[in-house]
Amino acid sequence: MKPFAYVRPERTEEAVAHLAAHPGARFLAGGTNLVDLMKLGVTGPPLLVDLGALPLDGVAETPDGGLLVGATARNSDVAAHPVVRTRYPVLSQALLAGASPQLRNAATTGGNLLQRTRCPYFQDTSTPCNKRVPGSGCPAREGVHRDLAVLGHSAHCVATHPSDMAVALAALDAEVRLRGADGERTVPVTAFHRLPGDRPDLDTVVAPGELITGVALPAPPPGALSAYRKARDRASYAFALASVALVLTVEDGRVGHAALAFGGLAHKPWRARAAEEVLRGAPATAETFRRAADAELAAAEPLRDNGFKVPLARNLAVGLLGDLASRATAAAA
Amino acid sequence: MDQTLSERASTVTLRVNGTDRSLTLDHRTTLLDALRDHLDLTGTKKGCDHGQCGACTVLLDGRRVNGCLLFAVACAGRSVTTVEGLTDGEVLHPVQEAFVARDALQCGYCTPGQICSAVALLDEAARGEPSHVTPPERLPGGPVPLTPDEIRERMSGNICRCGAYPNIVAAIEEAAR
Ligand SMILES: Cc1cc2nc3c(=O)[nH]c(=O)nc-3n(C[C@H](O)[C@H](O)[C@H](O)COP(=O)(O)OP(=O)(O)OC[C@H]3O[C@@H](n4cnc5c(N)ncnc54)[C@H](O)[C@@H]3O)c2cc1C
Ligand code: SF4
Ligand code: FES
Ligand code: FES
Repeated sequence: MKPFAYVRPERTEEAVAHLAAHPGARFLAGGTNLVDLMKLGVTGPPLLVDLGALPLDGVAETPDGGLLVGATARNSDVAAHPVVRTRYPVLSQALLAGASPQLRNAATTGGNLLQRTRCPYFQDTSTPCNKRVPGSGCPAREGVHRDLAVLGHSAHCVATHPSDMAVALAALDAEVRLRGADGERTVPVTAFHRLPGDRPDLDTVVAPGELITGVALPAPPPGALSAYRKARDRASYAFALASVALVLTVEDGRVGHAALAFGGLAHKPWRARAAEEVLRGAPATAETFRRAADAELAAAEPLRDNGFKVPLARNLAVGLLGDLASRATAAAA
Repeated sequence: MDQTLSERASTVTLRVNGTDRSLTLDHRTTLLDALRDHLDLTGTKKGCDHGQCGACTVLLDGRRVNGCLLFAVACAGRSVTTVEGLTDGEVLHPVQEAFVARDALQCGYCTPGQICSAVALLDEAARGEPSHVTPPERLPGGPVPLTPDEIRERMSGNICRCGAYPNIVAAIEEAAR
C-alpha cells in the first residue's frame, strides 16, 4: 500500500476544500471498500480526508413528509431506524441483505453508493481491466463473468454494481445530495450511476472532489407496500446474483403505483420502466406480473455463463409482485 | 511538499480494554495490526485481511467491526474491546463460558472473532435491531427473540473453517438465556 497523509475535518466545507486542493485525494467513510482496494493496490490516494467527524450522520424527517439520510449514517443505524422500518421497509430490508453486521456497522450511505464493482479482474492488478486501466481491455467478457451483467453492458465492460441499498433507493425515487467546490446539486439515484458505454472507468456522475452529503427520500405513496428480495450463492454474507426492490399500491384489484428495480444485473441499479408501464392500471394478477417482468427482461443480453440470471430475476420479480399484491389485497379487505 | 501531504504517520490514542494507549503509527496500519503488532494483543486474529471472514472482529465503542478494514488512525480517541478485554479479572464473560461449556470450537482460530461478535449480537437483539430474517411485520420496539435462525443470520459475518457452527449456535442460545 502507498503511504498517505490523513486529515479529519469537522466541517463539510473543509472536507470539500481539501479535495479541491489535492488532486487524487479521497474521502474515507467506513473504509470497508476503500481500505480493501488500497490493500489490493487498485487505488493509492496521497491523502485521505476522513468524513467521520462531519455532522452528516443523522436520519431526519423532512417537512414534506420525506426522510433525509445523512451521508455518514451507518448502514446498520439506517436499517434499524424506526421510520425506515415502518415507512421504507424496502430500504431496511435491502441494507440487512447486504454484507455482514460488522461491515454494516462501519459502512455508510455515501460509501455504499460509491462502492466499486466486485468484478474479479477489477480487483486483480495483474490483469487488464478497462475500468481500472482505461483502454487495457475487458477479460471478463470472454472470461469469468458468471456474476456480471445481463442488461446495459458494453463491449468495454460487463461489470455489475454490487450495492443492495442503491436498488432500494432507485425504487424509492430517492435523490442524492452532492456538494462540490462550486456549490450543491441534487441527482436522482436512477441517474446517479452510469452505464459503462465507452467510459467504464466512470461508475457515477459524481465529479472529482464532490462530496455526497445525504440521500433524500420522498414521502412514500399513500398505502404503498415495499420489500426487497435477493438471490445469492449462500444464505447470507454474499453479493446478489439478482435482486429486486418493489414499491407497490393496489386499488380495487388494479395496480396503482409500481416502482420496480433490479440489482445484480447491470452497471447500475436497474429501474424497470418497461415493466412499470405494463403494471400501471393493470389487474393485479400473476399474468400481469409475468408480462411485466418479461417486458423488462426482453432487453437482456446474457453472456456465455450468466444466462441463468434472466429467469432468476424474472422469478424474483413475479414472486415479489405476487406477495405484495396479496398483502395489499388482504390489508384492504 | 505541502504540509497536509507530508505527514505519513500520526500519534494516536486508543482506549483499549479500558486503558489509554498512545502509539505513533504509519497511517497504513489497520486497527487489527495495531492491536496485534503494536500492543501485543494477539487474541484478535487475521484470517483474510479483506473483510470476508470476521476473525478480526472487535468492539469499537461497543459495536462489532472488522479490525482489518479500519485504519487505526481513524479510530483515534475511541474505545476498543478485544477478546482479552471481555474477561473480568480471571472470570470469563458469559459468552466465553458458554463457548467452553458447549465446546463451540475446534481449532479455535475463528473463536475470538466469534465471541466478540456474539457479545455484540446479544446487545443488538436486546435493543430490538432487526436482521435479514426478522419478520418484516415485527414492528420496532422490544427485544428480538434469538431463535437459531436469527443467531445463524446474525453470526453470518464470522466464518468457521472447521464448521463448528452447530455448537456456536448452541453456545449463543445458552448465553442469551
Ligand atoms: C466481504 C464483503 C461483503 C459485502 N457484501 C455486500 C453485499 O452483499 N451487498 C452490498 O450492498 N454491499 C456489500 N459489501 C460492500 C459494503 O456495503 C461497502 O463496502 C460499503 O457500503 C462501503 O461504505 P463505506 O462507508 O465503508 O465506504 P468507503 O470504503 O469508506 O468508501 C467507498 C468509496 O466511496 C467514497 N466515499 C465515501 N463516502 C463518500 C461521500 N460522502 N462523498 C463522496 N465520496 C464518498 C470513498 O472515497 C470511496 O471511494 C460487502 C463488503 C465486503 C468487504
Ligand atoms: S467487466 Fe468491467 S470491471 Fe470487469 S474486467 Fe471488464 S472492464 Fe474491468
Ligand atoms: S481478517 Fe478481517 S474479516 Fe477476515
Ligand atoms: S474453530 Fe477452526 S476455524 Fe472455527
